[in-house]
Amino acid sequence: MSATTIVERGEARVVVGRREFLRTGAAIGGGLLVSLYVPLAKDGNALLAAEEKAFAVNAFVHIGADESVTVISAHSEMGQGVYTSLSMLLNEELEADWARVRVEAAPVDKVYNHPVFGMQMTGGSTTSPSEWVRYRKMGALARTILVEAAAQKWSVAASECRVEKGVVFHDASHRRATYGSLADAAAKLTAPADVTLKTAKEFTQVGKPTLRLDTPSKINGTAEFGIDVHLPGMLTAVVARPPVFGGKVVKFDASEALKIAGVKAVEQVPSGVAVIAEGFWPAKLGRDKLRVDWDLGPNANLSSEQMFREFAETAKKPGLVARKVGDPSTALGGAAKTITAEYDVPYLAHCMMEPLNCVVDLRADSCEIWTGTQFQTGDCAAAAKVAGLPFEKVQIHTTLLGGGFGRRANPASDFVMEAVSVAKVAKAPVKVVWTREDDLKGGWYRPMWHDRFAAGLDAGGNPVAWTHTIVGQSIFEGTGFASFGIKDGIDAASVEGAADILYGIPNLQVDLHSPKIGVPVQWWRSVGHSHTGFAVEAFFDEVAFAGGKDPYELRRKLLAGQPRMLATLELAAQKANWGAKLPEGVGRGIATHFSFDSYVAQVVEASVGKDGAVRVHRVVCAVDCGLVINPETVRAQMEGGIIFGLTAALKSEITLKDGRVEQSNFYDYPMLRIFESPEIEVYIVPSAASPTGVGEPGVPPVASALANAIFAACGKRVRRLPIRSGDLVGGSGEKT
Amino acid sequence: MTRFTLNGKGVSVDVDPATPLLWVLRDSLGMTGTKFGCGMALCGACTVHLDGKAIRSCVAPVSRAEGRRVTTIEGLSENLTDPLQRAWIEMDVPQCGYCQSGQIMSAAVLLAANLKPSDTEIDEAMGGNICRCGTYPRIRRAIHRAAEIAGERRKG
Repeated sequence: MSATTIVERGEARVVVGRREFLRTGAAIGGGLLVSLYVPLAKDGNALLAAEEKAFAVNAFVHIGADESVTVISAHSEMGQGVYTSLSMLLNEELEADWARVRVEAAPVDKVYNHPVFGMQMTGGSTTSPSEWVRYRKMGALARTILVEAAAQKWSVAASECRVEKGVVFHDASHRRATYGSLADAAAKLTAPADVTLKTAKEFTQVGKPTLRLDTPSKINGTAEFGIDVHLPGMLTAVVARPPVFGGKVVKFDASEALKIAGVKAVEQVPSGVAVIAEGFWPAKLGRDKLRVDWDLGPNANLSSEQMFREFAETAKKPGLVARKVGDPSTALGGAAKTITAEYDVPYLAHCMMEPLNCVVDLRADSCEIWTGTQFQTGDCAAAAKVAGLPFEKVQIHTTLLGGGFGRRANPASDFVMEAVSVAKVAKAPVKVVWTREDDLKGGWYRPMWHDRFAAGLDAGGNPVAWTHTIVGQSIFEGTGFASFGIKDGIDAASVEGAADILYGIPNLQVDLHSPKIGVPVQWWRSVGHSHTGFAVEAFFDEVAFAGGKDPYELRRKLLAGQPRMLATLELAAQKANWGAKLPEGVGRGIATHFSFDSYVAQVVEASVGKDGAVRVHRVVCAVDCGLVINPETVRAQMEGGIIFGLTAALKSEITLKDGRVEQSNFYDYPMLRIFESPEIEVYIVPSAASPTGVGEPGVPPVASALANAIFAACGKRVRRLPIRSGDLVGGSGEKT
Repeated sequence: MTRFTLNGKGVSVDVDPATPLLWVLRDSLGMTGTKFGCGMALCGACTVHLDGKAIRSCVAPVSRAEGRRVTTIEGLSENLTDPLQRAWIEMDVPQCGYCQSGQIMSAAVLLAANLKPSDTEIDEAMGGNICRCGTYPRIRRAIHRAAEIAGERRKG
C-alpha cells in the first residue's frame, strides 16, 4: 500500500473528507485493478488487513489481458448519464481505447461512498461535481503503472514512453505494447507516490460530445433493470398496502386468493399482506381476490383541499425565519406600492416508468439483493436489520434504474425493507413488484406547498422589499439526514431557491412553517427548488409588471452582482429573441433559477386557446454548470428536466380525500406526451469553473417561465399547479 | 397450450389463456426487453408487434397470439442493424431507457407504413408511448433520421 499524493493542477473545488490510499494489484481473474482504500481507523496494520480482504472487489477500473477496460461506477445509472460521464473522466487520464470501455455497477463497499456525503448513494445532482477528481485519479494511476510496466519490460525510462488509445509506445526503439499485454505485469508493481492530473486545457475527451455507452443495451432488450432479474426458483409477490397512510392490517381472508392457480402463499408483512406466486400475473390476480380489513389509523380524514386551506391560513402567521436582510416590514410599510400573491403546488409522485421492485435471495447467513437503488448504504443497513444479519452479510447488486428522480433513494428504504420482509415469509428467492397503482398511491411524494409573498416597490417601480412565507412538510424531518438538513428548525430543502435568491433586493425575509402531516414525503427531482423555482419566479414577474418593468430587464438589473446568472439570462434571452414580435396569441415568459450550484435561465413561448388549453411551442434554455464533461448529457438533462417540469406544470397532481389518494394510473396522473412536447433548444455557457449539477437544475424554472408566458399571452396569472384550463378561460390580453 | 411464433421461432406455453401476453413473454419465456409500465395500455412500454401491428401486450390475452407472429424488441434486428436502432444511437435518445423498447416498436410500425413521416404524423403515431425522462424531442429527430437511413438503404 502506498499513500499517494495527488497533485491537482486544475482549479477543481472538491471536498475530499478523508485520507485516501490508492492501490493497484492483480485481479482474481488476471489483469490490473486500480482501487481506492478509505481508512476508517488510525491503526495502519488493521487497515492493511481489512484492505487485503476486501481488495478484490474494491476496484474502480479493471484492465483485462483481453484489452477490456471495465469502469466500476460508484453511482447508479438512472438515465442521467453517469456511467458515460464517469467513464469519460477516468479515461481522460487512462487514455484507453474508448471503444473498449465498459461499465459495471459497484458492489456495496465503503470505498464507493459518495466523496461528499460519506454514504454510497446517488442524488442531489452531485455525481460529476463529487467525482470530478476521484475518477480521473484512478485513470491516472492505472496509466502511470501501465507505462511503468512497459518501461521496465523494455528497460527504458517511463518518461520516454507515451500512450495512445490503450497502447504504450517507446518511439526511440519503435516498440509498442497494449494495455492488455501489460496488465498482469503492471499488477505486480507498487502504486506510484504521485499522480499528476491534466489541466482542463490538456483534456482530449472531457468536454467533447460523447454518445452514451449504455444506449445499445437499451434498444435491443438486453439492458437489465431490477424488474428483469430472474433467479432460479424465484417467486413473485405483490403486496396489498393500506388504503390510508399509517393504516394496519386487522385481519385478512386469503381463501379466494389461494384458489388462483400459481398463488403459493398469502402472508402478512409489516407493510401489508403479500401475495406470493409463480409470476406477476397470478400474484396480481390473487391480490385482486384478497380481502383485508384495515385499521385506517389517524390519517383517514386527510383531505388535500382542507390542507391547502389550512396552509393558506398558516401562511398569514410569521414562521421561523430562514433569512432576513435589511428591514422588510418597515420597507414594505414605506413602499410606494405593495403587491401580494399566493401560490399552491400539490403532492407529486415520482412515477418512474419502471415501477418499484426488488429481488431478494435470503439465506440463513446471507441476504443478496438485486434492485435499482440510489441509496445502497441505507438499503443495506435496512435489509440487515430486517434479515437479522450483520451489514457485511448483505450485498446489493445495483441494476440499471428505470428512472429514479429521488424515489429510489428512500430514507426509510421502504421498497427494499418490504422485499426482505416478504423474502422471510416466502422461503424462496422472491421479486416484489409494485403496480402503477401501488406506485402512485404509495406515498413518498414531493410535498404540497403554499407560498405567500408580499413585495414593496419604490416610486420608480423597483422592488425594495420582498417577504416570502413558505408552508409545507419537512422532507428531512425524521430521517437519518435530519441533522444534515435541518438547522434551527429550518429544513434547508424547504427554503432552497427562496432564501438564497440571487436578486439584489435590499430588504428581504423568508420564513417557514413545517406542518406535520401523515403523508410520507421525499426528495423529488430538484427537491425544494421544484416549488420555489415556480413561486419565486412567477411572483417576480408580477413584481415587474406592477412596477411597469420588462421582466427580462428587471431581472438583468437585479442580477448585476451575479455575473454568472446574468450571463446565463442574457444568453437565453438573446437566443430566444426576447422582445421580438410573436404570432398573435403567443406569449413569451422568462425565468431564472440557481440550483445544485448551476445557473439556468429559460424562455418559454406558449399560447392559450379560447377554451383555456395551453400549448407550449418552444423552450429556450441556457445553463452554466461549470466545466462540461459531456455536452450531450447536459443537453439531454436540460431537455428531460424541462419536460419533467412541464408535466408538473400542466398535468399531474396527487390529491387526498378521506385519507385516500385519488389518483391511480396514467389516466388520472397524466404525463406530458410527445404531441405536447415543445421544441427545446439548450445553450451552454462556456465555463472553466468546477462542474456543478445537471440532473435537476433544468426542472425548476420551466413552470414559472410558462406561467409568465401565459400571462403575456392571455393576461391571466397562474398561481397554482397543475395549470387548469378553467383558470385561463376568458383571458383576453387584458392584464389582471 | 398456446402456440405462436416469437421472433421467428415457434413457442408453446402452458398458461391460463387469459394471461396477458406481456407476462407470458417476461415471466414464462424470459423475454424481458418488453416492459411493464401501467397494465392498462396507457403508457406503451409493453408495445410488441402482432402480425406486424403494434399492440399493447399488457392488455392482450396470450390467446390472441395463438397461431400468429409476435415480434418483440429482441427480434427487431440482429446486431442493432435496424435503421431505428442506428438512429437511436446516433441521436443519443435513451436516458433511463425503460420505455425505449416500446418507443422503438411503435416507431417501427409507423415507418413500415409511412416512409417519410412528418412531425405531426410522428406525434400521432407515438402519442401512446410515455417517456418520463423526456426524450421526446430526440425520439422525433431519431425517427426522421431512421427514415433517412431506410431511404438510403432502399436506394443503395
